[in-house]
Amino acid sequence: MDKRHRWAGGNGGASMSAVIDTHAGEHHHGPARGISRWLLTTNHKDIGTMYLVFSFAMFLLGGTMAMVIRAELFEPGLQIVQPEFFNQMTTMHGLIMVFGAVMPAFVGLANWMLPMMIGAPDMALPRMNNWSFWLLPCAFLILVSTLFMEGGAPNFGWTFYAPLSTTYGPPSTTFFIFAVHIMGISSIMGAINVIATILNLRAPGMTMMKMPLFVWTWLITAFLLIAVMPVLAGVVTMMLMDINFGTSFFDASGGGDPVLFQHVFWFFGHPEVYIMILPAFGAVSHIIPAFSRKPLFGYASMVYAVGAIALLSFVVWAHHMFTVGVPIAGQLFFMYATMLIAVPTGVKVFNWVATMFRGSLTFEAPMLFAVAFVILFTIGGFSGLMLAIAPADFQYHDTYFVVAHFHYVLVPGAIFGIFASAYFWLPKWTGHMYDETLAKTHFWLSFIGMNLAFFPMHFLGLAGMPRRIPDYALQFADFNMVSSIGAFMFGATQLLFLLIVVKCVRGGEAAPAKPWDGAEGLEWTVPSPAPYHTFSTPPEVK
Amino acid sequence: MATDQTYYVPAQSKWPIIATVGLGVTLYGVASIMVNGSQGNSTTGSWWIFLVGSLIMAYMLFGWFGSVIRESRAGLYSDQMDRSFRWGMSWFIFSEVMFFAAFFGALFYARVFAVPWLGGEGDRGSSQMLWEGFQATWPLLNNPDPQAYPGPSEVIGPWGLPLVNTILLVTSSFTVTVAHHGLKQGLRGKVKLWLAATIVLALAFVALQAEEYVHAYTELDLTLSSGIYGSTFFMLTGFHGAHVMLGTLMLSIMLIRIFKGHFTAEKHFGFEAASWYWHFVDVVWLGLFVFVYIL
Repeated sequence: MDKRHRWAGGNGGASMSAVIDTHAGEHHHGPARGISRWLLTTNHKDIGTMYLVFSFAMFLLGGTMAMVIRAELFEPGLQIVQPEFFNQMTTMHGLIMVFGAVMPAFVGLANWMLPMMIGAPDMALPRMNNWSFWLLPCAFLILVSTLFMEGGAPNFGWTFYAPLSTTYGPPSTTFFIFAVHIMGISSIMGAINVIATILNLRAPGMTMMKMPLFVWTWLITAFLLIAVMPVLAGVVTMMLMDINFGTSFFDASGGGDPVLFQHVFWFFGHPEVYIMILPAFGAVSHIIPAFSRKPLFGYASMVYAVGAIALLSFVVWAHHMFTVGVPIAGQLFFMYATMLIAVPTGVKVFNWVATMFRGSLTFEAPMLFAVAFVILFTIGGFSGLMLAIAPADFQYHDTYFVVAHFHYVLVPGAIFGIFASAYFWLPKWTGHMYDETLAKTHFWLSFIGMNLAFFPMHFLGLAGMPRRIPDYALQFADFNMVSSIGAFMFGATQLLFLLIVVKCVRGGEAAPAKPWDGAEGLEWTVPSPAPYHTFSTPPEVK
Repeated sequence: MATDQTYYVPAQSKWPIIATVGLGVTLYGVASIMVNGSQGNSTTGSWWIFLVGSLIMAYMLFGWFGSVIRESRAGLYSDQMDRSFRWGMSWFIFSEVMFFAAFFGALFYARVFAVPWLGGEGDRGSSQMLWEGFQATWPLLNNPDPQAYPGPSEVIGPWGLPLVNTILLVTSSFTVTVAHHGLKQGLRGKVKLWLAATIVLALAFVALQAEEYVHAYTELDLTLSSGIYGSTFFMLTGFHGAHVMLGTLMLSIMLIRIFKGHFTAEKHFGFEAASWYWHFVDVVWLGLFVFVYIL
């Protein structure tokens, strides 16, 4: 057999012990050379790296669009862009950040870390893994190309509500729909791979309740992905048919209902927001114990809390739609169900704080991001509770208060979670320590910039400034200017992150196998950088 | 338990990147056919893009599945790999269930909420002001705006072709199970006979479904654009029909593989995956028969 490798049998059970290369007989393979390494790879570390690099590229692209938005909003009046283009910027910024930056970053972390954390040699379905990744650049090529099409890019907001996206959408909407289909296929295959890996490739002795929390949160995230990405595919297919084939799903004159769009979309959309935060919960649950030098407080309750959040996420979707005229019984149900999510989330925040309580804390960059995550995500959670109250939501709906809320859960939530993970595991990935001073600078500039950008938005929203608008009344001018300054600061700071990572990849102080003395887990038992194939001998988990 | 477990890590593979290019080109072609068509532009170039993409996809499917079959027959797959395939197929079918759930959800929402509200019922009765005198009925034969969406004259009753199709599909679920038992018993003649019978039943189903569509379009004015009834009817039965065709293709490939002597009484996951998929298609049909045709 030409270039096939086998993981051949060990000492019984579900073990795999040695890599046998049938044509060269060497024990460990390095990567192939040149571009084919990346195009043809089946290695979870290579694929993880590609996901992370792609995600960061999309983060910069979506961030550039955010800079355009904030530049236009720097002062009242129209200065830089026309309203049509402004709408394309808000739409593309949201789509690129959600589907291009945050989700692929977590899949990249999963690819790198899950096999190492459970003692597996690779992901369960390595070729499909490669396909899942490469579909993403393909999907975003189509999505971004809509900017150059006749009529411009999608301009209806990242939620693409009908009839804005059907009757009134630009011609490029059809391309947008197929781009979403490709992203969906990628996500579903990625999630299937994660589930098969976790359920099937754990090292002997690693029972479910001994799995690291990042593994648990990803298992539940993968379940959410498989449950809701097909629903997204369904809703965009209905749009496609309404636009091109004369169906009337979202047109009341044919007996359909535009509100139906919102129901189907948010049935996907609400679990989606947990898809973007649960893996961060998992990563933070590793980082806080490591830098507190104490085991995680309440492991089992963390697992149950994540499960409860995931299940509740299926029955809260209409809290995004209180103002469209949901019957009163529905409003009450969705209001209380939404508030209920605060209970398991509170359990998690309590456990993180209890882990730090009386620990020997140090504040390296991963810990700084993780602590900021706990504090700022909680602020985002509280504004979420305010929005959950149906009668109050009538006031907040479609104002900058909503923008402030979801940026507080996504930026210091999802994105700080990703930064914390990146600094935590960079020594394992590259074999070098990153520059701690620069990383702390990155943290503080991000922290200040992000709060400066998003905190004033709460006040703007409460004062009545609507979202998705390129111009505004004069009384909103001061807070908008502060917000734009913060956004520019946050945006520019991310180039520093690029510099830190490039420096760390190219060199730096050699990292030991376990650079953080409080860290626990199988990934710290292998050398840094982790060898191209890890765990040729399955570790025994006690 | 086996003492010599192996885990197969494939070497580099060209198939995923070919699949990416194939899928991207195909869907770009489809999108540009639609956009150019609706703007009255020529779609010739778009059809060529679509054709090239489809050929790449066909090449990829033959190549990728071919190499999986060769690896499997070379004995490279351990029991653990087999379990990974089983988890993969199960969760794929679950994702398909959720895809159909979106369309069933749309049907239920239209019937229970949207159409009655348009007819003046409930909290949102005020929407009747849009189309005064609109009567909410199901099946919805008169749409709120008959100019924009002329309704069907009649819809398809359950007790004709749909009942025959139900019998065909349920029977085919039995025949594929008999074929599976034959495979486990090592009776290859039995497998060939009952698997072929399954495929015949499947093709009969597709033919009758086509007949039903022609009837709907030519005699009942029931089309995709005849309002929410036509929208939900054709999208649900149409996606189901597409899945029947995919399932038939899977079963046909299994029949070819049986004739080529593939599979053993113990190891035949490819066959099982195809039959799982077939049972899933059958269950979806039962949902359709009840909620689209009968109720």
